[in-house]
Amino acid sequence: MNTIDKTTDEVLRLAAEHFKVQRDQLSPDDDFFKKLGINSLQALDLLTRIEQHFQIELPDYELQGVSDFRTLAQRIQSRL
Amino acid sequence: MNIFQGETLSWHVLDGTIELTLDRAPCNEIGRATLIDLEKFIAALPALQREAHALIINSTRKEGFCAGADLRETYRVAQPLPKDERLAGLRDFLERIHHVMNTLDEAPLTTIAAVHGVTFGGGFELALACDLIVADKMTRFCFPELRLGLIPGFGGIPRLKRDLGNAVVRDLVLTGRSINATKAQSVGLVSQVTAEGDALRVARSTAAQLKKFDRGTAIAAKKFIKPIPYDELRREIELFCDLFMRPAVDAGLRKFAESTDALPYLP
Repeated sequence: MNTIDKTTDEVLRLAAEHFKVQRDQLSPDDDFFKKLGINSLQALDLLTRIEQHFQIELPDYELQGVSDFRTLAQRIQSRL
Repeated sequence: MNIFQGETLSWHVLDGTIELTLDRAPCNEIGRATLIDLEKFIAALPALQREAHALIINSTRKEGFCAGADLRETYRVAQPLPKDERLAGLRDFLERIHHVMNTLDEAPLTTIAAVHGVTFGGGFELALACDLIVADKMTRFCFPELRLGLIPGFGGIPRLKRDLGNAVVRDLVLTGRSINATKAQSVGLVSQVTAEGDALRVARSTAAQLKKFDRGTAIAAKKFIKPIPYDELRREIELFCDLFMRPAVDAGLRKFAESTDALPYLP
């Protein structure tokens, strides 16, 4: 069973890998749209990576208003 | 004309397979220019069919297969028109795109949509008109139309109902959520999921396999397996036109058209 800290860490790693940034440049409270410079379409790619990695379904409407990694990890955690 | 380069798409025939490639920035939104090119393809299809057994539809855009109708163009064109002209213009567009989709649906070829990335709205509907969907694992399918106060208008619901269980249709249409390729395969929508960037290669491999079969038998089998839901497709056009004329849709389209996000696919 993942803890929220482990889930957050995995999300940060996935985002760093997918968008080709250094993992240590990302923090849980970062706004991922601003920090990664991504649009809504690229955020969908991240959602797909997350669903594949955690083997969950995360409806995109659950991500409305979510822009930081910590809250994203909480949404994931609720599906694990 | 077995090679064509248009403003929004191209096609060529290779080893008995027609490859129709969408290429319009940002993500192959279907507006007037794409409709005109698709109509050219449909007009060329009887001649192309004589030398082909399969059709693959794919996209060169890295963002995805197709993001659906060009809603910015729809708003820009419709907004200044009086109500009756707006409705007439919409109906004309729908009749024409339905003719394209229906012709693809019933074509005496085995048709394969090789999809990746965003496969939304009209793009999803284009894939549903095909016999098989081969999806890159990063594909996302979505019918977001209810977010704008509309339903899918290019034949999406009748074709989805033809292919999937009604509970899945309700989930996709009524929630407007996007699903990934693995989920789409698990509900029976996608025939094969590929590695990233591999959908076209797998579609070509599938098309090569189909070439081994007797063409007449393949055509007869397709006709037997795949009924075209013409009555429901007609009803969809009527319902879409009724819904489109409401103020809520105008407001939703304005919000979408005026969004500062280059690709405002999520609300």
